[in-house]
Amino acid sequence: MNQKATEPEDTKSVVIRITGDSGDGIQLVGAQTALTSALMGNDFSTFPDYPAEIRAPKGTTNGVSGFQIQIASDHVATPGDEVDVLVAFNPAALVSNLGQLKPQGTVVVDVDAFDARGLRTAKLESNPLEDGSLDDFHLVEAPITSQTRLAVKETGVSHKAATQSRNFFAIGILFWLYSRDPEPTLNYIRGKFDETIAKANEAALRAGWNFGETTEAFPRNFNLPATTVQPGIYRNITGNEALAYGLVTAAHLSGRELFYGAYPITPASSILHKVSQLSDCGARTFQAEDEIAAICAAIGASFGGAMGATGSSGPGIALKTEAIGYAVMLELPLLIINVQRGGPSTGLPTKVEQTDLFQAVMGRNGEAPLPVLAASGPGDCFDTVVEAWRLACKLMTPVMVLSDAYTANGAEPWCIPELSSLEPIDVQHPTSVPGSSPFQPYARNDFLARPWALPGTPGLTHRIGGIEKEDGSGNISYDPINHEKMVHLRAKKVEMAQQLYSSTTVFGESAGELLILSWGGTLGACREAAVKAQKAGRSVSHLHLRHLNPFPVELGNILRSFKTVVAAELNDGQLRQLLRAEFLIDVQGLNKVRGEPFLVRDITKCIEVHLSINNTSHRGAA
Amino acid sequence: MSVLQKPTDFTSDQEIRWCPGCGDFAILAQMKKLLPTLGIPPEDIVFVSGIGCSSRFPYYLETYGIHGIHGRAPALATGLARMRPDLQTWVVTGDGDGLSIGCSHLIHALRRNVNIKILLFNNQIYGLTKGQFSPTSPQGLVTGSTPKGTVHEPLNALSVALAGKATFVARSVDTNAKHLGEVLRRAALHRGSAFVEIYQNCHIYNDGAFDYAKNAKIKANHVVELNHGEPLIFGTEQDLAVGLNGPRLETIKQRGGEWADKPLIHDETNQDSSLAQMIAQMRHPEMPEAIGVFRAIKAPTHNDLMPDQSPTTKERAKRLKKQLTSGQTWTVA
Ligand SMILES: Cc1ncc(C[n+]2csc(CCOP(=O)(O)OP(=O)(O)O)c2C)c(N)n1
Ligand code: SF4
Repeated sequence: MNQKATEPEDTKSVVIRITGDSGDGIQLVGAQTALTSALMGNDFSTFPDYPAEIRAPKGTTNGVSGFQIQIASDHVATPGDEVDVLVAFNPAALVSNLGQLKPQGTVVVDVDAFDARGLRTAKLESNPLEDGSLDDFHLVEAPITSQTRLAVKETGVSHKAATQSRNFFAIGILFWLYSRDPEPTLNYIRGKFDETIAKANEAALRAGWNFGETTEAFPRNFNLPATTVQPGIYRNITGNEALAYGLVTAAHLSGRELFYGAYPITPASSILHKVSQLSDCGARTFQAEDEIAAICAAIGASFGGAMGATGSSGPGIALKTEAIGYAVMLELPLLIINVQRGGPSTGLPTKVEQTDLFQAVMGRNGEAPLPVLAASGPGDCFDTVVEAWRLACKLMTPVMVLSDAYTANGAEPWCIPELSSLEPIDVQHPTSVPGSSPFQPYARNDFLARPWALPGTPGLTHRIGGIEKEDGSGNISYDPINHEKMVHLRAKKVEMAQQLYSSTTVFGESAGELLILSWGGTLGACREAAVKAQKAGRSVSHLHLRHLNPFPVELGNILRSFKTVVAAELNDGQLRQLLRAEFLIDVQGLNKVRGEPFLVRDITKCIEVHLSINNTSHRGAA
Repeated sequence: MSVLQKPTDFTSDQEIRWCPGCGDFAILAQMKKLLPTLGIPPEDIVFVSGIGCSSRFPYYLETYGIHGIHGRAPALATGLARMRPDLQTWVVTGDGDGLSIGCSHLIHALRRNVNIKILLFNNQIYGLTKGQFSPTSPQGLVTGSTPKGTVHEPLNALSVALAGKATFVARSVDTNAKHLGEVLRRAALHRGSAFVEIYQNCHIYNDGAFDYAKNAKIKANHVVELNHGEPLIFGTEQDLAVGLNGPRLETIKQRGGEWADKPLIHDETNQDSSLAQMIAQMRHPEMPEAIGVFRAIKAPTHNDLMPDQSPTTKERAKRLKKQLTSGQTWTVA
């Protein structure tokens, strides 16, 4: 690359959004930008935004695929509210993403795609490059397609292959603009493609870089100094990868093999893919005939002493419902992962929502409580799954783990844990019965958990099932008093989970005007807004919950210490209702059900509104 | 390990809740007779079931047992057998449990050749829910939910099992003690999925459904016993046989001690299941119904085919670490 004319200017963060057709290699541009930034020591957070259809017609708004990334010199927890640089490979991509670009933001378009045909497929009456709709932005008209074709000509690749190298031209522009080291991507290209294609892609990348540097389309370029983070070995991780690694690690920590049963469903399928790649670590996967078979096989595996786990999304969890209640009765450890998507029914398969909280906490027939945990981000998926399995083994109960489409596909740098530093999960299996008394499969320990006696153990043969059992002996019992006792025992046992939680810490003051309460994948946006508000001297604290059932013991007191509590969630107020029911506190809601994550400004706006209401009511009272 | 010898050693202390006279008792008795002869300690045997009268079976045996949810026993057993190949896993299901709500699990367990023995107690009725028709009820059967008789074609359990590529397929009758005992023994010894349909009388809701196959006076004319390598001959006088006429099976009769057409010779090891399908589809009263082993072939089991590995704890830690640090990593000092 040529020597740069002027030194790049330092900046703290940038939000880039790359958009085009599903087939344009958008996700690859995003992934390479993320990886390079990670290697350069920056923090980042990504948001791949796919259409539900695999390959919708080219150039149409239905087929637009996007990838957003925030890269920063400080810690970042969200892919960013507003886009600084939007790259659009075609008119449809431009018009459907322009709303995200901030005023005076930069938009780089492939001007070659804005011909009459391109405008027609995007159903545009006028050309946005000419009709004034980009007046508020800094427009860079880059002839990406034609320049790429020119650049790769010497390599002799086909016309089609030449066109496909366009995404590397875009990488070149972006990498110049934010001083990203091209080496990792060049290495990737050399390792991934055959020689001719690799040469073409490399030429395209260099041409893009040179376009940025030599044309005067961009007034200057930038530098993102490295972040200071905790020492360790890092990698990029998506939420679903972290769930898979967490499952296998939890199995390892508890000294057993993992059985992961699943039926493909967006956005949970990639857990199945990832676990399948870990068979050398003793992980077994089972792509079942349906979700019911997947969970039942996992229950069978747990009965045999393995780590039984299953994962799906809302519609599949609905099918598993009967079996989850069954596992509650059997009192066997089991993990059920729900990567939530937009609902109800098929809903918005690729989009994010937190609308399955009621389903998780209450969605079973009979009194059938179980612990429910939610992961707060990609890396946290790992810790959440490990903790969930710890609870499942300690309490002999199925445990539900919630993630969501946003967390599942989003990536962030992750400090790889040292296996030996993780606390082992202690599991005991009885080997004999004291004296000559018959084995009591439903006897209970201090945590009210029953013994996990494994088939193959002499002297402990017993039968379990979904019919109500007699306390202790586990024999079938229809006795009314016994039934009520068992209902309460199972409930109390699940409550014991509270004693196993680490303490709940509020971010900010432990009492005050306003508490923002969040759970699941919205941690980043809520925390960023809270930090901003606190910096501005506002009395705002933030509490993020991992444990949604049972709630942490201290939660009631925490909520009562704030004048206003707002539960921010991507649903119509499910956590809010649970909190109101449990604590009789008038929790307020910040709710969004659009299949989109929270923006920081959604939370900020809510903070402003609530603080001003509080102020007004002060005055009113005076 | 504690090898037991007597049927009573496999008798659990649970009170049996079937209606007195139910065909399930006869099946249980044969199972209790069989188990001590297998040389497998009771703790290494697991009975898995669904929901229905038949699915109470596991409670009455002193082995490990898991009474499932309706229709899902093959799925439960698939997970168990995958993780615990050291156990002998049996599945007990009914015609409603296995062929209605759980039909797809049944087919897929068979298709995968999971090493489990599936016993389907076919009483052509829903017993536990008090007498509605089942997928195997004959057309016209008057039941609680069909006051004017059922209208649909029944499913043939063995046709379903053969369609699922089961590697062992057999049929027997609850009260045909000797025959049932032998079929169960063959199933127990089969490596892979074994499927056994057992005609079972529900004398409360569908009494006499299988009289033609049970009544000592008439059964010889309505049932043909399959024996590997032997002709399909039946009848009180042993003068009837099943023969192949072009694309279909028909009953042929001996005349003057001679067969006009050749009786079909049974080959249970035939890889091609077409003939077994035809034999399974022989239905009373047009044809005799076949009992015995229809198909018994050797094939790799589910566990044989899956890429399962069981590294030692130490080795696993090493591999897991390698997996965690695979791909691009970077070190922050
Ligand atoms: C999900 C569900 N649906 C319905 C039932 C009610 N139910 C219990 S047993 C049964 C049918 C049993 O028939 P079959 O499998 O033929 O067994 P049998 O009782 O005749 O032995 C039904 C419908 C149930 N327990 N669970
Ligand atoms: S209802 Fe029928 S199948 Fe059920 S126990 Fe009674 S006789 Fe047996």
